[in-house]
Amino acid sequence: EEAEKRANMPAVSKGDGMRGLAVFISDIRNCKSKEAEIKRINKELANIRSKFKGDKALDGYSKKKYVCKLLFIFLLGHDIDFGHMEAVNLLSSNKYTEKQIGYLFISVLVNSNSELIRLINNAIKNDLSSRNPTFMCLALHCIANVGSREMAEAFAGEIPRILVAGDTMDSVKQSAALCLLRLYKTSPDLVLMGEWTSRVVHLLNDQHMGVVTAAISLITCLSQKNPDEFKTCVSLAVSRLSRIVSSASTDLQDYTYYFVPAPWLSCKLLRLLQCYPPPEDGAVKGRLVECLETILNKAQEPPKSKKVQHSNAKNAILFEAISLIIHYDSEPNLLVRACNQLGQFLQHRETNLRYLALESMCTLASSEFSHEAVKTHIETVINALKTERDVSVRQRAADLLYAMCDRSNAKQIVAEMLSYLETADYSIREEMVLKVAILAEKYAVDYSWYVDTILNLIRIAGDYVSEEVWYRVIQIVINRDDVQGYAAKTVFEALQAPACHENMVKVGGYILGEFGNLIAGDPRSSPLVQFNLLHSKFHLCSVPTRALLLSAYIKFINLFPETKSTIQEVLRSDSQIRNSDVELQQRAVEYLKLSSIASTDVLATVLEEMPPFPERESSILAKLKKKKGPGAVSVNELEEGKREGGELNGGGERGGDSSSTPSPSADLLGLRAGPPVTAAAPSAGSLLVDVFSEAVKQPSPTAFLRLFVCKNNGVLFENQLLQIGIKSEYRQNLGRMYLFYGNKTSVQFVTFTTTVTCPGELQSHILHIHTWNSLEPLIEGGAQVQQVINIECLTDFSDAPLLNIKFRYGGALQNLTLKLPVTINKFFQPTEMASHDFFQRWKQLSLPQQEAQKIFKANHAMDTEVLKAKLLGLGMALLENVDPNPENFVCAGVIQTKAQQVGSLLRLEPNAQAQMYRLTVRSSKDTVSKRLCELLAEQF
Amino acid sequence: MQFMLLFSRQGKLRLQKWYVPLSDKEKKKITRELVQTVLARKPKMCSFLEWRDLKIVYKRYASLYFCCAIEDQDNELITLEIIHRYVELLDKYFGSVCELDIIFNFEKAYFILDEFLLGGEAQETSKKNVLKAIEQADLLQEVRALATA
Repeated sequence: EEAEKRANMPAVSKGDGMRGLAVFISDIRNCKSKEAEIKRINKELANIRSKFKGDKALDGYSKKKYVCKLLFIFLLGHDIDFGHMEAVNLLSSNKYTEKQIGYLFISVLVNSNSELIRLINNAIKNDLSSRNPTFMCLALHCIANVGSREMAEAFAGEIPRILVAGDTMDSVKQSAALCLLRLYKTSPDLVLMGEWTSRVVHLLNDQHMGVVTAAISLITCLSQKNPDEFKTCVSLAVSRLSRIVSSASTDLQDYTYYFVPAPWLSCKLLRLLQCYPPPEDGAVKGRLVECLETILNKAQEPPKSKKVQHSNAKNAILFEAISLIIHYDSEPNLLVRACNQLGQFLQHRETNLRYLALESMCTLASSEFSHEAVKTHIETVINALKTERDVSVRQRAADLLYAMCDRSNAKQIVAEMLSYLETADYSIREEMVLKVAILAEKYAVDYSWYVDTILNLIRIAGDYVSEEVWYRVIQIVINRDDVQGYAAKTVFEALQAPACHENMVKVGGYILGEFGNLIAGDPRSSPLVQFNLLHSKFHLCSVPTRALLLSAYIKFINLFPETKSTIQEVLRSDSQIRNSDVELQQRAVEYLKLSSIASTDVLATVLEEMPPFPERESSILAKLKKKKGPGAVSVNELEEGKREGGELNGGGERGGDSSSTPSPSADLLGLRAGPPVTAAAPSAGSLLVDVFSEAVKQPSPTAFLRLFVCKNNGVLFENQLLQIGIKSEYRQNLGRMYLFYGNKTSVQFVTFTTTVTCPGELQSHILHIHTWNSLEPLIEGGAQVQQVINIECLTDFSDAPLLNIKFRYGGALQNLTLKLPVTINKFFQPTEMASHDFFQRWKQLSLPQQEAQKIFKANHAMDTEVLKAKLLGLGMALLENVDPNPENFVCAGVIQTKAQQVGSLLRLEPNAQAQMYRLTVRSSKDTVSKRLCELLAEQF
Repeated sequence: MQFMLLFSRQGKLRLQKWYVPLSDKEKKKITRELVQTVLARKPKMCSFLEWRDLKIVYKRYASLYFCCAIEDQDNELITLEIIHRYVELLDKYFGSVCELDIIFNFEKAYFILDEFLLGGEAQETSKKNVLKAIEQADLLQEVRALATA
């Protein structure tokens, strides 16, 4: 409003007014439409162009005015493709504001024309060596604003010299420090501090507060990348901080902001300290703890001003101090005080403080020292979730509830989150659903609670329940027979609702198809009642769900022979058997046929209850095969004439089926493989095909990796035809792998070829050369051939190379893709170290991204000897007598890659009572920590 | 800090400062998205929000919104006061600044910002020192203007 009160053009213009520019700007403002504006701009552009091209040489003022107009037009959002040369000319003007406008134009409209860059760099060079501080600052600002590689190449060597030179003016030092920071961010390889390091660190002692404020940003950034070289900054930072914290509010004159001494510098000092572990020197540490205590004390003092600026500046320091306390995670007293302080903020009238307190408490919740203290605020946080008016604050509250959740409060928190979901904002629903699902699974003591929770999720927020969530509930129900009856009863009840979510129909269909028999004794849920209930939903559902229901129906025929005729009737109806959807039609046809020609025995075998999930051994076909011998099971036997040839291998080429395109039934297949389905796994078209793809033992490619993480030799793959054995050895960053292909049949394999590929990025991470010892593309019956693969690890990697094998057996092409078990841990060199060294290194690797942690359930018996053997197999040194808790395991090792060595430390904490593990990996490289953690979490 | 935007209640961009290299297209997209997001928020709401992988800190002064994007480890409250200090600097320089001052003297607004923040970090937090630098430059111009007249 204030703005509109003024005249259209300001009366006073500071410095030198450019009348023409002001007129142009007000013309633009007076334009009534976008079209008028564009017209006016085009007129101006034409005018400027003609002036620039004209014969008459323009004076500096006019050039400046036109360049400024171009800049204005550009900032309005229009493209500008000329004027750069005129702007560059301004750089060498000896009039300050002409130079200034020239630099501004160059900074905003960065151009990649190399001739221009050369001219610009020349002008900058002149100004830098002019010894005129105002010109030097302009040039430095320009470098900092553009920050291009070319500028780094030209000036990265010169600027450190300017920064530390004794006769450099303070204002120039400030610009030089931040200019260097910008160049370091864009081209770290070109900024070499080397000999300047110590003098740069000592800028923390500079008597000019502005110099310290600017320099500390540079020092923080450099410390993050080279902590060792800059570690002397810790004690300097502590003493500087201590001086500020203990100073009276007037001591620092203009660096006092609303009665708070040097808030920006204080925050930056506290931030710098977060690049390092707690100071080892007792005196320094004592001084720092004192500072932190003073900051916490000041929070309790009455405010020196009622202005929000005062409290913001003061609390900015407080929050930064709390971040440091959390970062150290070693002072229980400070952690609890921090938690109490945040607790007060949770009820503060300022929304900003409530938001930040919720956010900060989230990190506090993960510290063992303060987890319990955080939990005491549960009611306040729940209340925030219910009553905060700002969704971003509610989001923080939900995050905090998630972070503070443990076994003791899981039921309360999950219940609150569920009830919040009913009214939650759409933007956060999906995340909330995932969080509830994770908590329910993580802290489920009785699984009926888990099932109830997930079904409630589907009821309340069905649209936001992703596949992973409903897959998971099915996996868990299948794996735990104590909950199957309850699950069947509960889904049956849930399906009674006249309108229920399609995801409920999916879960219901799947569970009743498997375990409907467990509730069939009750006449209210007799087989026919169950079937009618499911089928009443059928017509409202999408194709994938209908496909799933059809599979549930065929399962019903097996479970309840009395439903056979009803279900056959349904399958036979035109709407099924002639359905326009190929998938549905195929299922209807195949299931109908299966139910009419297969003996009860075969039916019972084919449609047996799903086996538990982690084991991917296929029960169905393995059994059938045992009975009938190899080669006897073909699709023909169960379904006449539909397919040709005896196909044994699910990965074999099959004309016109859906193995290459994701089909609606991929859901079901996904379930069997344990979602997500890996790309390399052949996805088969329908349940039947799926069943046959299990004809050979075809574990998912990832399952192999899991088997070979902690060992180097073994059988990689085996089916009726082929066995692949593997032996491998690794030294430094090199590995050699021997693959043995054995023909188990009496017939020769022809056109036997293998290819090893490194998909995607992996190409640049692993280099492999492989050689054939047998060049014959032929393996005689009963014979074995050997292949050697040399592997070189260039840099760390996550994915595994793929091995594709193709051959013909009796005319049928067999095609198989496996992941080669090359994992990053193979390149470990064990490192022995004493307890002291271990913990010291552990603390050095304290950046949050350097650590990866997983808490997971034990999949195998928690046998100490087995655990030790696995950890040794991993390739690290297993360190005895290091961890104070003898139950825990710690390991150390260095991964050797061609590019670098990555030191890694590991800690595994078993909790026998809860049958859980906590695994923590710290490495000097974040991707390595993450990958090791993923690999290992599947081992125990 | 990754960037700072000043825009009006009508969504008109008045000043943009980018401290990370981005294409013009990307800058326009970000601006459009953020202006829309911030203008949609109600007055009493919190000044911080998560946006992509950044934190947005914003505050409204009269008809203008000041909006900064900071990184995960940056401090929200001190960023609010960066905004305030910049407003104070503009106010002191222009004498109760208003949106029109920034429109008509946009180049000055940029110069003041460059003295205060460089490369996205605070260069000089003393109000006196920043204004001294700017006024010196203005003086330099006037002296030269006199000399050449």
